[in-house]
Amino acid sequence: MIQSIAFIITLAIAVFFIRKRVLRLRDNIRLGKETIITGDKGQRLKNMILVAFGQQKMFKKLTPAIFHFFIYAGFLIINLEVLEFVIDGILGTHRVFAPFLGGLYPVLMNMFETLAVLVLLACVVFLVRRNVLNIARFQSAEMTKWPRLDANLILVIEVILMSAILCMNAADQLLQVRGEAHYTATGKLFFSSLLIPAFENLSNGTLIFIERFAWWFHIIGILAFAMYVTYSKHLHIFMAFPNTYFAKLEAKGHINNMPVVTHEVKSMLGLADTNATPPATSGKFGAKDINDLSWQNLLAAYSCTECGRCTAECPANQTGKKLSPRKIMMDTRDRMEEVGNSIAKGGPGLADGKSLLGDYISKEEINACTSCNACVEACPVMINPLEIILELRRYVSMEESGAPASWNSMYQNIETNFAPWKFSPSDRFNWAKEETK
Amino acid sequence: MSPIPTVADLATKGETPEVLFWVGCAGSYDDRYKRVTKAFVKIMQATETKFAVLGTEESCTGDPARRAGNEFLFQMQAMANIQVLNGYGIKKIVTACPHCFNTLKNEYPELGGNYDVIHHSTFLQQLINEGKIKLEGGGEFKGKKITYHDSCYLGRANNIYEAPRAVLEALDADLVEMKRCKTTGLCCGAGGAQMFKDAEKGKKEINIERAEEALATGAKTIAVACPFCMTMMTDGVKNKEKEAEVKVKDLAELIAEAKGL
Repeated sequence: MIQSIAFIITLAIAVFFIRKRVLRLRDNIRLGKETIITGDKGQRLKNMILVAFGQQKMFKKLTPAIFHFFIYAGFLIINLEVLEFVIDGILGTHRVFAPFLGGLYPVLMNMFETLAVLVLLACVVFLVRRNVLNIARFQSAEMTKWPRLDANLILVIEVILMSAILCMNAADQLLQVRGEAHYTATGKLFFSSLLIPAFENLSNGTLIFIERFAWWFHIIGILAFAMYVTYSKHLHIFMAFPNTYFAKLEAKGHINNMPVVTHEVKSMLGLADTNATPPATSGKFGAKDINDLSWQNLLAAYSCTECGRCTAECPANQTGKKLSPRKIMMDTRDRMEEVGNSIAKGGPGLADGKSLLGDYISKEEINACTSCNACVEACPVMINPLEIILELRRYVSMEESGAPASWNSMYQNIETNFAPWKFSPSDRFNWAKEETK
Repeated sequence: MSPIPTVADLATKGETPEVLFWVGCAGSYDDRYKRVTKAFVKIMQATETKFAVLGTEESCTGDPARRAGNEFLFQMQAMANIQVLNGYGIKKIVTACPHCFNTLKNEYPELGGNYDVIHHSTFLQQLINEGKIKLEGGGEFKGKKITYHDSCYLGRANNIYEAPRAVLEALDADLVEMKRCKTTGLCCGAGGAQMFKDAEKGKKEINIERAEEALATGAKTIAVACPFCMTMMTDGVKNKEKEAEVKVKDLAELIAEAKGL
């Protein structure tokens, strides 16, 4: 009874904080510009099923894909066991599903344990990849103290949580054999039974304490982890789904049109439809800060788990330039958090004198982009850093006239000669008269 | 090379071309790429393709302006081009420039320009498939090592990976791939308007990184399908002082040479 009340209070606290944080995330994403999502819903759903649920793009790199799949499958399936935890916690029962599932229960439990072991193994492999093997994409400049700690914390927490399940089951099995009341027979569970020798000499009282401690540790751990996730790069476990759904459907080479500009250009050329109402404008061309980006770009920033595949494929980054597509996404998220926190505290929010362009992302970074789409292709959850880079470039070119001098000359050439180079338009067809060399 | 009809010439006779050859700025002005333009024209003439060009009525698609961030300039160019193209009733466009191809195909429809746009690599593949280009015995490239450098604006941007390779296979050449190819192909460094400015500070030029990778295949011909890739790869090979042994060639040039055109 006391345990049930304690559990319900714990659960309520967790739900309260997680809800608060989820609403904040929603508000932060809503700082972005209203964008109407069009296009084939079937295709969007297909992308979500294949890429987020089916992990399709992860499998471009086989080794991490397999270990990631263990953790992913573990997360999805072990959560079924968490459901039992929650019901047990509320009702004060123990293994409430066991009587209903009969012979199937130990099969399921063995499956969960197998997954727990695979998750454990994968987390250890990932810890080694991050901290021992010098994998370049985990060591880039933007991987400062917190992003590295965040990644390691997640892996360590998962190792601890999985170990708790195995210890709990080992103690539970011993208690079953010893005929302790309340401990429903589950039969032998393969992996946790391997731990039994370590527990054999303990008294029933100690075992019950270990079993209860592990149970509470695991469920509180999971609730605390769920809360932590909402502040962490690990948020991709949820955000990957909406992000793949809302990801761009057009060919990667397509750049989003600016209807405001179309309207103005048409009226300049006398092509304007006089009945058409001019499209709504934010009064700014391109993006200087997060509120100039679309909400979809902001959602993408929360979907990024900082794996760095984008940066590893980026030609500018590979040749030592400052640009890193991962940093573009991290900066967008960090700026969103900064603005959101400020608003929540009654602070100036967006009007804090800072902006995404300038305080987070420099012109040197965005100017280095070759728009080659390698980052977009590489992202396992269909994030598009290129869209943000292009919006920032639009702001620099159209609002600040601050593009590099050579680009300004190129603009001038196009305006006056209709070619990016300084050639006379009347010479454009001369090639046809020249002798073939 | 026989005289090249312009769309305006045809219009005076009340005709429209089956396909408009969009030459592009590089194809019109750049000495190296003009050779590609001419090679492609010879192939079209040899296969009796009813094409025409816009001549002096052609103008930059606006691609570099859009990618550098000047949306106004892009749309001014696009709108003017669409007026010309629609005015002549153009239905189908072929171009040897992946940047023009991408802009015409993906970005003009929203502004009122709807055409069937194909890149010359696909066009060449079609001519080969239709039997209009026959390369008996494979010609001079038979069995020779050729590597193909993917243009980002064909590959990742538009999912065209196979057409250029199919053209090279028709030459019966020994196609060797670089480590980074197709979806993971490394950019030459010139896209996104980089062609028109110096690179930012770094430890290496992108085109040198890519040229090294191409040279490492041991191929004596590096095939490209884009004017910017052509410039960047040629410069990269020169930087490595390999220009005497290793040639950078466009797909159209390879076909024209193999056919003795």
